[in-house]
Amino acid sequence: MSTEFAQKSHDAMADPKLQLAIYTSTARLKQNRIDAVSPAALPDYQELRAHANAIKKHTIDNLDHYLEVFGRNVAAHGGKVVYCKDGTEVSDFVLNLAKERAAHLIVKSKSMTTEEVDLNERLEHHGLESVETDLGEYILQLAHERPYHIVAPALHMTRYQVADLFERELHAPRETVIEKQTALARSVLRQKFLAADIGISGANFLVADSGAVVIVENEGNARLTTSAPKIHIAVAGIEKVIPRAQDLATFLKLLARSATGQLLSVYTSFLSGPRRAGEIDGPDEFYVVLLDNGRTRLLPDKGKRQSLFCIRCGACLNTCPVYRKIGGHSFPWVYSGPIGAILTPQFMGIQHEPALPFASSLCGACGEVCPVKIDIPKVLLDLRSDVKKSDAREGRNRLEKLGFRAFAWLMTHPPLFEMAGRIGRSMGWPTSRKGPLGAWLSERDLPPLPAHSFREMWRRR
Amino acid sequence: MSRDNILHKIRTALGRGAGQAVADPPPARIRIPQVAMEDRIASMLERVRVLAGQAVVSDDPRAFVANAIAGKSAVASNAPFLAECGIAGLAGVRSGITNREELRQLCTTADIGITSADYALADTGTLVLFSSPQEARMISLLPPAHIAVVPRARILTGLDELFAVLPNPAEATSSMVLITGPSRTADIEQILVRGVHGPGLLTVVVV
Amino acid sequence: MGTRVSLFVTCMVDQLFPQVGMAMADVLERAGYQVDFPENQTCCGQPAFNSGYRAEARTVARHFLDTFESSETIVVPSGSCTAMVVHHFAELFHKEPDTLARAHSLEKRVWEFSTFLTEVAAVEDVGARLDRVVTFHDGCHGLRELGVKDAPRRLLSHVRGLELREMVPAEECCGFGGTFAVKFPELSGAMARTKIEAIERTGAQTVISGDPSCIMQIQGALTRAGSHIGTLHLAEVLASR
Repeated sequence: MSTEFAQKSHDAMADPKLQLAIYTSTARLKQNRIDAVSPAALPDYQELRAHANAIKKHTIDNLDHYLEVFGRNVAAHGGKVVYCKDGTEVSDFVLNLAKERAAHLIVKSKSMTTEEVDLNERLEHHGLESVETDLGEYILQLAHERPYHIVAPALHMTRYQVADLFERELHAPRETVIEKQTALARSVLRQKFLAADIGISGANFLVADSGAVVIVENEGNARLTTSAPKIHIAVAGIEKVIPRAQDLATFLKLLARSATGQLLSVYTSFLSGPRRAGEIDGPDEFYVVLLDNGRTRLLPDKGKRQSLFCIRCGACLNTCPVYRKIGGHSFPWVYSGPIGAILTPQFMGIQHEPALPFASSLCGACGEVCPVKIDIPKVLLDLRSDVKKSDAREGRNRLEKLGFRAFAWLMTHPPLFEMAGRIGRSMGWPTSRKGPLGAWLSERDLPPLPAHSFREMWRRR
Repeated sequence: MSRDNILHKIRTALGRGAGQAVADPPPARIRIPQVAMEDRIASMLERVRVLAGQAVVSDDPRAFVANAIAGKSAVASNAPFLAECGIAGLAGVRSGITNREELRQLCTTADIGITSADYALADTGTLVLFSSPQEARMISLLPPAHIAVVPRARILTGLDELFAVLPNPAEATSSMVLITGPSRTADIEQILVRGVHGPGLLTVVVV
Repeated sequence: MGTRVSLFVTCMVDQLFPQVGMAMADVLERAGYQVDFPENQTCCGQPAFNSGYRAEARTVARHFLDTFESSETIVVPSGSCTAMVVHHFAELFHKEPDTLARAHSLEKRVWEFSTFLTEVAAVEDVGARLDRVVTFHDGCHGLRELGVKDAPRRLLSHVRGLELREMVPAEECCGFGGTFAVKFPELSGAMARTKIEAIERTGAQTVISGDPSCIMQIQGALTRAGSHIGTLHLAEVLASR
């Protein structure tokens, strides 16, 4: 295990304030979801999940087709699709456009996809001002931190930390009342919205038959980002596409309920192209950036392809007992929680953080709450096998491999298994805290070892 | 170009050829319940109120809105229904604007934005607004308060009915927005705050 | 279905909790079954499978298939081991048609203990008595992979003198996860502590579970915390008189 992962996990677990923040926030989100999808609240919940899974499966299995249909329909409504293989191509596109349009100020609404490629950093490196407008993301931008949670990015911060931050970065009088902190952010960001040249958003769904981008939010910053500036660029992973607008009747019923327990988010925008003739406001130019960034590498594996079904609701994070202890910043990439544990190895390579697929008790709670029925435990198990195969090829962890060979040998030779058990029971539990079992032994008191095994007792019956 | 490269990678990974036919997707799932109009209205009112919005049925929307905007500045959309109700002509209401910059300027200083709605969804208390020559995006977005005046016939049962009636919203407008309650966030300590960027006050008037 | 069942006690019960195996045999016999114990049994292979060692898991799984080839019905005092056999053997052998066929046949014959009683033996009252305030911990694999939720509760509802109180929150992992507990001891321990806090809030004297590994994890944490709360396997409770 990389010491970074071990260290960060340890630090998170050793911080009682952080533990309380993570626990209470996720507990609320978890319970809200349970209430919103209960049989009384949503009798069709399981059917909807199955349907969403079937649509995603069909779409991903035919992804090229739906991307092409999407592209044609975007163009038909006056927009333009730009395929980008990585973050460099995305920022090159934005920078070129900004140069051509003499644009300097960009407002951004929440997009994990742009976090993947550090878009803000790239743009700022080239002299553009790119401002996050979602309150949580804005706070993180000022703090130079990564999101802590897919849906609640500043979950780990207290109002006092926000007060310190605003005082320092906005040169405003210190304010610890949350409503007032929000009002301050609102007034600062309002100026940015109205002056911005370009608005960059993410997209929850790309609708193939409409050439439309669907954005789901609660604050209104995505609406402003996509309506106030003259240029709107939506950045989305290629896997976000769904076949029909009518499929939203399924997906929208699942997304907000799974994420926060709301029936629908406050604003759901369905945007197709720049403003039409006669429309009073809206952007004059509309671009959809379709990002690969490694998604095409996930496609060949039929068993793991389902990792791309994710609609980024965050339900798996809120229910995961591991995430709820180690928090979002222990994870090595932008995606955390169970979905992060399966995406990171597939995007970054399994040796990037080989401990990640193993940092799970396989309790299965994630798969149970996933609105699109990704079998996360199955993918974790497949990744574990991949890690061990890679280890074997590269000669890593030989001792562990030998250990399991010995295990298999012992378990196929019952008399030897029995003898090993008898010896072990007579020796007692190891008292030393050194060695591979040392830490495990430190955490718990062990059961007294029985005098006889079951099979010995059975024989004596 | 990246487009061809990426599409090629996708096809190779999926074992598909260029232009290869695609089996039909699973049928869209549209289930429209039978709900009487009085129940739709009741549901609409209840859902908006649960979200801390104000919701009323009014047979004199002009009077209601006049009262609501008394002493405040308002900008109204060019929706014919607002004109029919006599709202567009109320004192203190600016309406009839078609210039983007002028409208935006007005919306940044107005206390209240008044719109109609193209549809409403009863089961979630949602307003459906298209961007059009009649309805500008900013009116329901920039001012801190939003009043929507909606004829009851436009209240649908829910999302399923919306997408049954409108299988392709992109044919009608560049922007369809579903508005469900006032703007809100819980980003700091999960404490709910209303009116972050969009309006913190929402009033739905069913006519 | 005949009146004969074979026991797969699991490696953990065999070596660490033999009384659980004896209790299960006792309950099954009282329910009218003839019980046998195929001596060649060892393990279902889950530790290797969960650790990513599929070839080694296959070796052990093949041994399991051989051991239980002629057993019509196999009863197991563990949700996780049952789930391994019923859900993951097929995955292990998806490239070996003959073994795969044997695995599919085996799936139909393997039963988690509480499910066997309620669905196959069709019995809920096994005549048990235990004067205790208890709570029940749902092992994750049994719960989510096999749907074991009601069966243990129905059985416990007939135990005379028993008061069952549900944990809040319910259905949360105890943190064992097999080799997970060894690889991530601090995390596993933290999860166990959250679990015992929920247990303590119920005021129960004893935690019952259908999974020996969960029992070991929970008891370990309880003892370490200086708690007087004990643990029992469901089989032990049902065998109590």
